[in-house]
Amino acid sequence: MTNVEVSNLCIRFGSNEVIKDLNLEVHAGEFLVLLGPSGCGKSTLLHSIAGLIDVAAGSIRIGGKDMTWAEPTDRNIGMVFQSYALYPTMSVEGNLSFGLRVNGTPKSEIQRRVLRAADMLQLTPLLRRKPSQLSGGQRQRVAIGRALVREAGVFLFDEPLSNLDAKLRGELRRELKLLHKNLGSTMVYVTHDQVEAMTLATRIVVMRSGNIQQIGAPADVYERPENLFVAGFLGSPGMNFLDGKLTISAGSAIFSALNMSLDVGAYDFRGPAATGQDVILGVRPENLMLQHDGAWEAKVSLIEPMGNHHVVWLDFGGTSLSSIVSGALSVAVDQNVRFSVDVSRITLFNRTTEQRL
Amino acid sequence: MKSHPSRTLSTVLTWVALLPMTVTVLVAYLGAVLWSLRVSLTNSRTFPSDEFVGLAQYERLFANDRWLLSLENLALYGVLFIAICVILGFLLAVFIDQKVRGEGLLRTIYLYPYAMSFVATGLVWQWLLNPANGIQQAVRQMGFQSFTFDWIIDQDMVMYTVVIATVWQSSGLVMALMLAGLRGIDEEIWKAARIDGIPTWRVYVSVIVPMLGPSFATVFVLLSTGVIKLFDAVAAMTQGGPGTASEVPAKFIMDHLFGRANIALASAGSMVLLVTVIGLLAPLLYVRARNRRVQEQA
Amino acid sequence: MNRKKRIGPARWGIYAFLIVSALFFMMPLYIMLVTSFKPMEEIRLGNIFAWPVSFTVEPWVTAWTSACTGVACEGIRGGFWNSVWIVVPSTILPILLGALNGYALSFWKSRAADILFSILMVGAFVPAQVMMFPLVRILATLGLFSSLPGIVAIHTIFSMPVMTLLFRNYYQSIPQELFNAARIDGGGFVRIFLQLMLPLSTPIIIVAAIMQVTGVWNDYVLGLVFAGRDNLPMTVQLNNVINTTTGTRLYNVNMAATIFTSLVPLTIYFVSGRWFVRGIAAGAVKG
Repeated sequence: MTNVEVSNLCIRFGSNEVIKDLNLEVHAGEFLVLLGPSGCGKSTLLHSIAGLIDVAAGSIRIGGKDMTWAEPTDRNIGMVFQSYALYPTMSVEGNLSFGLRVNGTPKSEIQRRVLRAADMLQLTPLLRRKPSQLSGGQRQRVAIGRALVREAGVFLFDEPLSNLDAKLRGELRRELKLLHKNLGSTMVYVTHDQVEAMTLATRIVVMRSGNIQQIGAPADVYERPENLFVAGFLGSPGMNFLDGKLTISAGSAIFSALNMSLDVGAYDFRGPAATGQDVILGVRPENLMLQHDGAWEAKVSLIEPMGNHHVVWLDFGGTSLSSIVSGALSVAVDQNVRFSVDVSRITLFNRTTEQRL
Repeated sequence: MKSHPSRTLSTVLTWVALLPMTVTVLVAYLGAVLWSLRVSLTNSRTFPSDEFVGLAQYERLFANDRWLLSLENLALYGVLFIAICVILGFLLAVFIDQKVRGEGLLRTIYLYPYAMSFVATGLVWQWLLNPANGIQQAVRQMGFQSFTFDWIIDQDMVMYTVVIATVWQSSGLVMALMLAGLRGIDEEIWKAARIDGIPTWRVYVSVIVPMLGPSFATVFVLLSTGVIKLFDAVAAMTQGGPGTASEVPAKFIMDHLFGRANIALASAGSMVLLVTVIGLLAPLLYVRARNRRVQEQA
Repeated sequence: MNRKKRIGPARWGIYAFLIVSALFFMMPLYIMLVTSFKPMEEIRLGNIFAWPVSFTVEPWVTAWTSACTGVACEGIRGGFWNSVWIVVPSTILPILLGALNGYALSFWKSRAADILFSILMVGAFVPAQVMMFPLVRILATLGLFSSLPGIVAIHTIFSMPVMTLLFRNYYQSIPQELFNAARIDGGGFVRIFLQLMLPLSTPIIIVAAIMQVTGVWNDYVLGLVFAGRDNLPMTVQLNNVINTTTGTRLYNVNMAATIFTSLVPLTIYFVSGRWFVRGIAAGAVKG
């Protein structure tokens, strides 16, 4: 079981400082997901752990050994690429064994490892085929197999599911999760898809512009986001945001916006809050309920049927809010409805700093 | 939906537009080839004759020393030319692809000879290899009195001079095509190879070169076509000499069509050339068609 | 462990190979230029690699105005203009026909047309000598042998395969939906070609023009046979200047004449750069 420690990492492209003073620890055996929009530096971070990009400053330790300047092949890692990068003119068996053959591993050992990997990934009947004769899912398995035969301590994944269609993506995602359960190896996985992150990760690292916004288990990052960016990035449809003011008086806290107010006394404030400050109230669609006796009123602007639930979009004085309604729907478009909010599941943000209160 | 008259008008116009191509294919290509075939079966000399002599011309052809020599020369030339062009062009492309400085300048230098005509190439190299005033003389003047480089007047070595001149002219083409092929290779394959710990040279040998199969095939087809058609460079550089030492089939045919006024023999020769071209092309076309069928099934 | 030094022996080896190769490729150009600026005495006595001691432009003047290109001794300038007269129509017409063919083949598909195209593609590999005698006879019958229209027709015939291939491949990369939309808008064969496809074809026309101008200008054998004594292209005249001289050979004049003959295609090459390479790549994709 191998861990990874990234300390004070700085990566520069020309004069552009892409990653600055980044610290991250990947625990042994965990499935860590680097999540963020394009250009946030997640892929760069992964490539630097792999040794494919040089660091400007800082250090990378893998399995307790300093690997900052080690060649990728000496880092005890395996990597799966977005395009899989299988050697097109070699068979599956050739792809799996090429690295081992070149490095002089004895034939018996090569065979043992290849057959073991093939067995774990159900590739045994496909060993003679060429990559062009494989399906997308099979190709992914070969790519993973190539990392497996290296008997690496850490597996790195660079958006491996991005090139696939939605249905296949779901299937392969579940295969990956099973694989992690069976292997128990440390895995670092890069994606921009928050569904992949939520379902696969032991911990999620949300990144933006080269900085880590939050690290935590999926539930934590989802329910207790550190800032506005993290809150808005996870969840589909995204979290509802309402601008308003916070009024603190003896023993009570009130959030007021437009013509409504909400008692947020039960909210878990980090520290003492200033009264009169501008805040943003965040509430997820599943925690915004349409109720006959709801405290506030809005007009239904759009309804999206999703099969097992509906997404109802409301126009609340110019702000667009969404609500997830499971089961049968009893409202219609342009109808005025009443709704309420689950106070125990809201998040309050400082409007200027965008940080959680 | 669409009214009929405009549909038929478009169809008519299509055929009108394709008329030049149809005429060219049927008359200039098919017609001419069949006509040449016909002439090769007669005993035409300066003027076409209708007297059929079967394969007599072909027999005469292959009893003709000059023709046999031209075939020999072409075979030797072809093998050397293609091999050297491919190796040199490929190496140049590989080395340029190593993120070298001045890539643009280097590519311009390697490829400019291809913009020159075969005639100009032949003439320049004729001058360069001139024993009395060219490289031989220059090296001798530098102190190496016994240096000899008079291949161009040496019956046994003259074909090699043609090889040198045309390799100089065409290697840049191979480099350009190979470079395009190299640049089309997925960057991530290189990353995967790095992680697998494969040394760079081995990646080229075991992964890249096999992947470049289609590029090599294209290059081979282009170069072979050039080999078969070899005429201008020889006419300019050596005029087939010394004597007939650098005779090539295209020149043999031209000489007999015009100077030596033996149309039938020349036509027989050109038929042999045609068959050679088809012989070279056919396997390639077959392989390509088969690959396409396999891809469609997968 | 510190980072390994990038500049190793392998790197020096690569640069060495590239530079030596560059010298090999540059040498003939250098020699051509240097020889053309030397007086004959210097050439006879001196070293072919040496820089001109007594620099002179006489050879250039002689080559242009008084070199003997066969019967006449008017210099190679006649050949220059002949080549221009040949190249211009031999570029415009094949491009036009190539575009038309490519357009018809891509968008107005028919089995018969595809078969003709396949034969045309095979025709590209047929050596000119195979078709030469019949073409001579055909042109003679039409009264076009040894004439400017004749040589233009010949160039059109021989470049039709490549031109058609270029345009066909290009048009195949244009989405079929664009064509369909134009038809729905009421466009017919001619209208869609002139108003939609041709304007879209600028890149490939540039590539085709570069290839055609270079190819026709550099042609030797077709011009030799079909152009006629009055229209001999520069390449034929150049060969006459150098290889059919009686008396002393004037190497400096020869080299000047060679440079003159290569000026047009070399200029196109140096100016067009990437377009030239694109032409090679496009023409190389046969089928």
